[in-house]
Amino acid sequence: MFKYLKQLTSLVAMVAVLFAFTTESMAAKKSKTLKNTQKKGFVRCGVSQGLPGFSNADAAGNWTGVDVDVCRAVAAAVLGDANKVKFTPLSAKERFTALTSGEIDILSRNTTWTLSRDADIGLTFVGVNFYDGQGFMVRKSSGITSVNQFKNGISACTNIGTTTELNMRDFFNSRGISYEPVAFEKADEVVAAYDSGRCDTYTTDKSGLAAQRTKMSNPDEHIVLPETISKEPLGPVVRQGDSVWEDIVRWSLNAMIEAEEYGITSSNADSMKTSDNPAIKRLVGAEGELGAAFGLDNEWSLRIIKQVGNYGESYKRNIADTGILPDRGPNQLWTKGGILYVPPAR
Amino acid sequence: MNFKLKDLGPQLVTVIAVVLIFGFFTYNAQINMENRGIDFGYGFLSQESSFDVQFSLIEYDGSHSYFRAYLVGLLNTILVSVIGIIIATIIGVIVGVARLSPNYLINKFAAYYVEFFRNIPLLLQIFFWYFAALRALPLPQDAEAIFGVFFLTIKGLYVPAFIWENFNIFFYSIVAAIIAIIVIRFQAKKLQETQGKQIPVFLIAIGLIFILPLLSFLIGGVSLSFEIPKLKQLAATSFVYDGGLSLPPELIALTLSLSLYTATFIAECVRAGIQGVGKGQKEAAASIGLTPNQVLKLVIMPQALRIIIPPTTNQYLNLTKNSSLAAAIAYPDLVLVFAGTALMQTGKAIEIVSITMFTYLSLSISISILMNWYNKKIAIQEK
Repeated sequence: MFKYLKQLTSLVAMVAVLFAFTTESMAAKKSKTLKNTQKKGFVRCGVSQGLPGFSNADAAGNWTGVDVDVCRAVAAAVLGDANKVKFTPLSAKERFTALTSGEIDILSRNTTWTLSRDADIGLTFVGVNFYDGQGFMVRKSSGITSVNQFKNGISACTNIGTTTELNMRDFFNSRGISYEPVAFEKADEVVAAYDSGRCDTYTTDKSGLAAQRTKMSNPDEHIVLPETISKEPLGPVVRQGDSVWEDIVRWSLNAMIEAEEYGITSSNADSMKTSDNPAIKRLVGAEGELGAAFGLDNEWSLRIIKQVGNYGESYKRNIADTGILPDRGPNQLWTKGGILYVPPAR
Repeated sequence: MNFKLKDLGPQLVTVIAVVLIFGFFTYNAQINMENRGIDFGYGFLSQESSFDVQFSLIEYDGSHSYFRAYLVGLLNTILVSVIGIIIATIIGVIVGVARLSPNYLINKFAAYYVEFFRNIPLLLQIFFWYFAALRALPLPQDAEAIFGVFFLTIKGLYVPAFIWENFNIFFYSIVAAIIAIIVIRFQAKKLQETQGKQIPVFLIAIGLIFILPLLSFLIGGVSLSFEIPKLKQLAATSFVYDGGLSLPPELIALTLSLSLYTATFIAECVRAGIQGVGKGQKEAAASIGLTPNQVLKLVIMPQALRIIIPPTTNQYLNLTKNSSLAAAIAYPDLVLVFAGTALMQTGKAIEIVSITMFTYLSLSISISILMNWYNKKIAIQEK
């Protein structure tokens, strides 16, 4: 009799433990990263060491840029305040280690989405917030107007630890041009070296070229060549293995893009609650229970739109109005001839 | 038994603690890497690297393996360290001796040099030489030729390349000269010990090292011609020198800053070493009739070296390790090429950082062993 009782108790205990596990994960559905973020009260975000338009700090230490806005959107969704972000400036070399080691929770640092990065090194790319391609900058006085005029012996300045180094090799190799790669760790040093005449050309993503050009001693002396030699879809990255956090970051970005599609802006978001369009109502939290899916309240996306703005507002504020890339090019909505197309929030 | 336990106990505890700590870190890293889907392994070393490096001592391009890229970085680190150590030693010895000079101007100049260069952070000096000093250099098209064949430009120093014919005969002639000198030195020492005769070994050595290679030119069929760098136009205002040898400005700036910085410390070692030899030694040597040269060579230096070598070894090690600051100015050393680009492209952080650390450790230990051997050789031989 006692023998059976003993077995029964252990069975009950096992079931209880199992039940505890399931209820925990079903009720809260909180990820470890989300929990930690809410506990700390700020989002830990890795950004560049200064790339105007994408992530750049002013003299007072305020970060602005489209990459910065992704982190602010997550902060607005998760913590209710877009300013509750701790930014960590990282070099290209440091960025992935900082993310995988847990020093930051989102890497939003003009990072190219590639197969090997996504699959190999414990990272997950959640989307694209800027479609870019690698280009070349040269001095206007050189008379070069196309990459076809490059000759043997050209020296090219760039950053280490980027896809740029690989694309550059592919490009020069396929054309049979011998070149001298001069690779620096920090972008500021690349610009300084190119600006001083150490290199004939400076190569990186075209958005980067446009942004760094504004930092040159005399921006008008330099031009970005028209050719694009690679695809560079830039987007935010999270650690592999926390799918809820991954979803939050992905949909925070998607919400910004979809908000633009439906014409919801930071100024009209509240009034949109009474819209006739159910898609709009869902996005401003007046219908459906979208936030519950990742353990947030229903106004997560409304807060993003109100505090950060939609994608178009962010682009205009950071990239267009600053004169970096006034033309949106491929980064226009699919409805307006661009390739920005996100899955529906429903 | 008690005695043994008291002896072994602390050691056992230390060993267990070390094993536990390492075990914990390894376990922790393993779990975390597994959670994030990161594989561990050194298989990537044989994969194609697909990135190019600016400056390499061995044949290399992106179609070679990551291991080859590692060798490129390692050789570049060794190159800058060896050149740096040689130049730093030469400057250090000169400045160290100059600090003891009775000449006021030389003395003060050396003192100011030491105080100035050793008190500014090395990284700043590297930036200064690279961005401030080299920036002042002319563009290739504006460069004035030095002696008609050297061109110092912002893109680097271009020097004529040697084109040899029958280089091996020339090489053997030098080897033969060196062997001859060693034999003569040995004989001369024997002669002095047994018969007290002195032979001007130094003069004979100089003669040999010139005459034998010269003979190889005259009768050995060796010939040498130069390829002088030529200006080549890339675009309206872009030029580069073609042909000859080019030393990248990154290498020049790094060598310059490393040697100028380390030389200050070596200078202090040298000064301390010479001052550490008692005054009476010099006077005693002079009183038994040695010439001033002999006093320096036979009495002062052997004793001074004993004081100079150990701290100088530290400086050599420092210089080698400091060369990793190269990454800041694009000199493709081990840290930039391997712990930089290769790490980024493969994502193998733990593997690559461990290899890099182990490599620096081996480099430092090799220098240490070499210097310790030399130190032992010149130490007092107790009989």
